[in-house]
Amino acid sequence: MNEKLTMAQALNRALRDAMTADESVSVFGEDVGRLGGVFRITDGLTAEFGEDRCFDTPLAEAGIVGLAVGMAMNGMRPVVEMQFDAFSYPAFEQITSHVAKMRNRTRGQVPMPMVIRVPFAGGIGGVEHHSDSSEAYFAHTPGLHVVTPSEPADAYGLLRAAIASDDPVVFLEPKKLYFGADEVDLDLPVAPIGRAVVRRPGTDATLIAYGPSVPVALDAAAAAAAEGRSLQVVDVRSLQPFDDETVSRAVRSTGRAVVVAEAPGFVSVASEIAARVTERCWDALAAPVARVTGLDIPYPPPKLEHLHLPDVDRVLDAVDDLRWEGA
Amino acid sequence: MRPDPEGLLPATEPVTLIDSDGAPVTTARAADVPPEAAVPPAGVGPQTQALDPADHSRTATGAQAGPVSHPAPPYGAGAGYWQLPPGPALVAALRGMIAARRFNDQAYALVRQGRLAVYPSSHGQEACQVAAAQVLSDGDWLFPTYRDTAAVVARGVDPGETLTLLSGEWHHGWDVHAHHVAPLTTPLATQLPHAVGVAHAARLRGEDTVVLALCGDGGTSEGDFHEALNFAAVLHAPVVFLVQNNTFAISVPLSRQTAAPSLAHKGAGYGIPGERVDGNDAAALLAVLGAAVDAARAGGGPRLVEAHTYRIQAHTNADDATRYREDDEVAAWSRRDPVDRLRTFLTERGDIDEADLAAFADDAERMAARLREELATDVRHDPSELFEHVYATPTPQLREQLAMLTDEAIRDRPAGDTAPPARAEAAGLAAPTTGTSDPGGAR
Repeated sequence: MNEKLTMAQALNRALRDAMTADESVSVFGEDVGRLGGVFRITDGLTAEFGEDRCFDTPLAEAGIVGLAVGMAMNGMRPVVEMQFDAFSYPAFEQITSHVAKMRNRTRGQVPMPMVIRVPFAGGIGGVEHHSDSSEAYFAHTPGLHVVTPSEPADAYGLLRAAIASDDPVVFLEPKKLYFGADEVDLDLPVAPIGRAVVRRPGTDATLIAYGPSVPVALDAAAAAAAEGRSLQVVDVRSLQPFDDETVSRAVRSTGRAVVVAEAPGFVSVASEIAARVTERCWDALAAPVARVTGLDIPYPPPKLEHLHLPDVDRVLDAVDDLRWEGA
Repeated sequence: MRPDPEGLLPATEPVTLIDSDGAPVTTARAADVPPEAAVPPAGVGPQTQALDPADHSRTATGAQAGPVSHPAPPYGAGAGYWQLPPGPALVAALRGMIAARRFNDQAYALVRQGRLAVYPSSHGQEACQVAAAQVLSDGDWLFPTYRDTAAVVARGVDPGETLTLLSGEWHHGWDVHAHHVAPLTTPLATQLPHAVGVAHAARLRGEDTVVLALCGDGGTSEGDFHEALNFAAVLHAPVVFLVQNNTFAISVPLSRQTAAPSLAHKGAGYGIPGERVDGNDAAALLAVLGAAVDAARAGGGPRLVEAHTYRIQAHTNADDATRYREDDEVAAWSRRDPVDRLRTFLTERGDIDEADLAAFADDAERMAARLREELATDVRHDPSELFEHVYATPTPQLREQLAMLTDEAIRDRPAGDTAPPARAEAAGLAAPTTGTSDPGGAR
């Protein structure tokens, strides 16, 4: 059944459907109850499922994630909300030392089936601490899965898959895409975590993007088409585990690749993707894999963020530099 | 001097036990009683120390304390008198403490023999260790730190499995769900929010589970301690927090850790009743912790207990305690040894005799022998296990890395070894080893 939903509505539907399907699913965090979350992702859940299943916690992120660890130890499937990306950092120790390691520590006895939802990345004119791209911290930590949707249908499917997963999932929600609407078929099978998808076919070069950078890549591909260049766009979706197979196949089919991501480029997920693609596709590459990323600076103030974020022009400039001489 | 504003916070003397006639009783011999634990003469109004945030009328002088002959008050009522636990419970505690002391000494020896990588001993803290386990029912949970292996043993976990982390074989050894004992937690106080989560989940399901969570004096400075207490109070979670104040956080004394009148006072800011108890008095611990567990189980919400004790040995075998404390202090605390105190008390009272003590010592010796035997057994490590539990299903990248490790093992095997190159049997890596630091397999 098709419905037109924003990403925010799709996420809300995913939570509601998961809570209906499994009563061990509980949702908690800061302002997620009566208010429905500052982005309204948990809107109506307390009213529908009661205070025991969707509740406000004290304002302490380590406590929220630590509570979730204990509840997961004792048969629950917690879904917690970190209000903004940079506000997840107080929970970093709980996430890296316990959420990520508990299964391995206990040889599989104590899995951590939980989802840590993080509204992330910029482009919304947020003041300091409201626009960080924190994916590398989490993707670097063995034991965590890290996913990020770029469209409402994936937001629904990936969140259902994350909640159903027996492993902890850091679920990064691109804030600037929350209120873009699209057709969503809620009855489609849920896409497994760990699969990239080709969003736009193309033959000359491959743009590899995720989350908030996918629309930028698609816009760049549309602009390039007008100039007679055919760009393929891959949406990574799952940063950990990473779908080497789909990404490598796509890059091999074009021989050129640009990775697009908002986070600062130094020691980033974009760097990891570039390295993996280079190792796996070297014989098929006509040019070094390029990266278009955020600058290596603290996230800028709202009036300057346009200078930091990858945009269509910067992506097309990178494509232009992919050694087309003689091609 | 620490501030102790009269009228805001109650006095902090350890609790006083009374017998069935209402007379004060202590397991400490007169010469051993520390000044702050001195029992008031019969008939003198007792000091109060229970912190009941709902009762703002009480003062530091314990004006509302009941008469000495009054039965033990409900937890947090503030009278400061607690009924001496029945004889069989005290005998069981002594038996457990004798085993715990033997366990501590055996583990310390196993470090010197190279069988354990490290051992943080709870020698001197056995009353806390045993009481923490003894007050729990089967369905309850215990959350230990790395120094609480003796409590884990007292809870019924196999002693060898208790030491898996410290042996270097793996990060954890026992069946968490069978014993309802969480893994030893090394980062300080991080286990406390987990304890709240386990308790909250149980409460949501309508179970009467209680969770007892351990931490030390140093741990009370960590943010997770405060977040856990606050969450437990707000969620009304059935958690008993037992702080073993053993006077030092490695080398740092309590005076550098807090300016509060006591660690038990830290509960008041969160709306949690706190109690201070002599941590070398097993009888007092059983009374106070038992009441705390009962109160939490009955829906009374969380409790905080501070047990003042002393770490007789260094932080671990790798630490040199002579750099930060005086021998005289250690000697003074050794005279208050919790095992000696309870043994003397029960012997003088006639609850036990020499034959009982010999039987307890025999039990402890058998446990130690089994521990030595278990740790002397070579563990066969399968390298595939490094990848097996990272996720429910290994990622493609982990499968690639396992293949690499397997290839390395086959390549490095001795000439003439024609063992099949099966993954789990990859030569060298699947051979008996003593762990990460000794690939020679000397054990």
